[in-house]
Amino acid sequence: MRDTFSRTLYQVAKADPKVCIVVADISPAGSMQQYREEFPERFTNVGVAEQAMIGLCAGMAMRGMKPFAYTIATFAIYRPFEQVRVDLCYQNLPVTVVGIGGGLTYSVLGGTHHAQEDIAVMSALPNMSILAPCDPLETEAAVWACARHPGPMYLRLGKAGEPVLTANAPEPFEFGRARCIKRGAGTCVLSFGLVTKMALELTAKIEREQGGQVAAYSIHTLKPLDREGLSRILAQYDRVIVVEEHSVVGGLGQQLKALAFESGARCRLHAFSLRDEFIHCYGSHDDLLKAHGLHPDLLYAKIFA
Amino acid sequence: MTSPARGTTRFTPSPGPATKPPFDPVQARTRCWRMRKRILQVSQKVSALHIGGAFSCLEIVDTIYHGVMRRGADGNSPDTFILSKGHGSMAQYAVLEEMGIIPPEEMDLTCQPGGRRATHPDYGLPGIEASTGSLGHGLALAVGMSLADGIQQHDRLVYVVMSDGELEEGSVWEVMMLAPSLGVKNVIAVVDLNDFQSLGRTSKILPNFYPVAEKIRAFGWEAVEVDGHSPQAVHDAIVGRKGGRPLMVVARTIKGKGVSYMENVPMWHYRSPNPQEYQQALDELDRAHRE
Ligand SMILES: Cc1ncc(C[n+]2csc(CCOP(=O)(O)OP(=O)(O)O)c2C)c(N)n1
Ligand SMILES: [Mg+2]
Repeated sequence: MRDTFSRTLYQVAKADPKVCIVVADISPAGSMQQYREEFPERFTNVGVAEQAMIGLCAGMAMRGMKPFAYTIATFAIYRPFEQVRVDLCYQNLPVTVVGIGGGLTYSVLGGTHHAQEDIAVMSALPNMSILAPCDPLETEAAVWACARHPGPMYLRLGKAGEPVLTANAPEPFEFGRARCIKRGAGTCVLSFGLVTKMALELTAKIEREQGGQVAAYSIHTLKPLDREGLSRILAQYDRVIVVEEHSVVGGLGQQLKALAFESGARCRLHAFSLRDEFIHCYGSHDDLLKAHGLHPDLLYAKIFA
Repeated sequence: MTSPARGTTRFTPSPGPATKPPFDPVQARTRCWRMRKRILQVSQKVSALHIGGAFSCLEIVDTIYHGVMRRGADGNSPDTFILSKGHGSMAQYAVLEEMGIIPPEEMDLTCQPGGRRATHPDYGLPGIEASTGSLGHGLALAVGMSLADGIQQHDRLVYVVMSDGELEEGSVWEVMMLAPSLGVKNVIAVVDLNDFQSLGRTSKILPNFYPVAEKIRAFGWEAVEVDGHSPQAVHDAIVGRKGGRPLMVVARTIKGKGVSYMENVPMWHYRSPNPQEYQQALDELDRAHRE
């Protein structure tokens, strides 16, 4: 996703001279070379100074530019939270805050590097929008959407080496719309970001064990949530399963439960999220997800217990 | 909120390209006398107007708007003013009223139902180019603007008025280190050095705050110290800058300047005078102005 991000940013910057990037001593590595060579004046490294990164982006946006602020997710939004809130959201400026390593991606770096409640925190901010693409293809579309967006955006990305999941998706990526990435009936799985890969593994397991076709959706836009589309999904399927790499507090699962209640949904609704805990547990990304209870086998067992 | 004035300040249109206005320190003094009385008048309807901090930066704000910000042929200034110490808004509102940007009826409704001017400036309202009120944000906005001006090759200056208490925020020093390193030149900050913050004297609370100008210089800025209640001194410090790097004017001031019982008394950081105190304040200001 990092590489896709920088490749796409180069394209976006080529098309729009107002696009620029401000980083805080973390950069999307090698793939940024071409951008930096062609648009050196539109690349700024502020050093390890995240408050300055967001404040500067706000000032640049106030001069008509479309800045991307870029660093590790926790440092992009938690350290300069008030700059994000006041400078970007209160003033409603077109700045995209790119958080790499959303969720537990930075597994072995430990809790200081895990953004497990970022969607909840960013969702609470008026004017903020949130995108969490599930694969490199969606990342490309998301970066273009960010550059077109008139207000603040939090773009939650993974790291590197994510597989392509949406090459044959029946619906295109559209900002603000729940996207069907695999058709099915009766049961559907909703997810966003990297863990969508696990959601698809879950659909495959359900199909193997139970038969039928299980649908899958990428809820890449977490804010504004596609309430209409999600209400339709809640009405259309008998069983709706949420798999999210985000705290149980204030994520997609909780919001979908509220929506199910409001829309009088009759389906069975299972929501699987990260625990509201700092787990001091090390290993791979998948090991950490499993420690939070997120693994296709564990999920399957809970759903069909 | 959108408004035609978002991001620019309208001045009286001037013929030709953007030019610096003529500066008259005598008129400046008269305006500041009128504006102090006007702020006191508004305070009679609002309980927490932060008069102390407005009075300490009044000459600074007035001098920047009337004495140095350029006026463009279309009536817009290419230059930007940010009141980073947002709680001093009454100084800015009073100047904007003098300039005809805030109508008197709107000024009367400051902090009142039906009005749209709060204790802290809101981006998007005529004359207001940044939402402030949380200390430590304005300098980064200014440097970001100036960076963008450089990229877009726009000839614009950004003026920022900060408070000394604000300089205790870490975010300020991130940007202090950064601005000269990025080659930003067109930011002119003025620090309202009244040696007071909410709870008392800065020199008592944080003795190591001083010396200030040396710290600023050490971070790569041009820094000069002046009497912040002398419009001429503030004007000359800005106009006489060497350039090539951002400038920070350290302006020595008195919190609550102009009203004896307010000067250097922490309570007047936010309190509004009662009717007797109000009358006394007007009398003092009139007497001082006649002399
Ligand atoms: C980030 C932040 N913290 C606290 C406050 C509350 N506050 C308002 S003014 C002030 C200090 C006043 O002192 P100073 O900054 O020197 O302003 P001045 O003396 O010019 O009024 C404080 C702590 C604030 N507005 N923003
Ligand atoms: Mg002070």
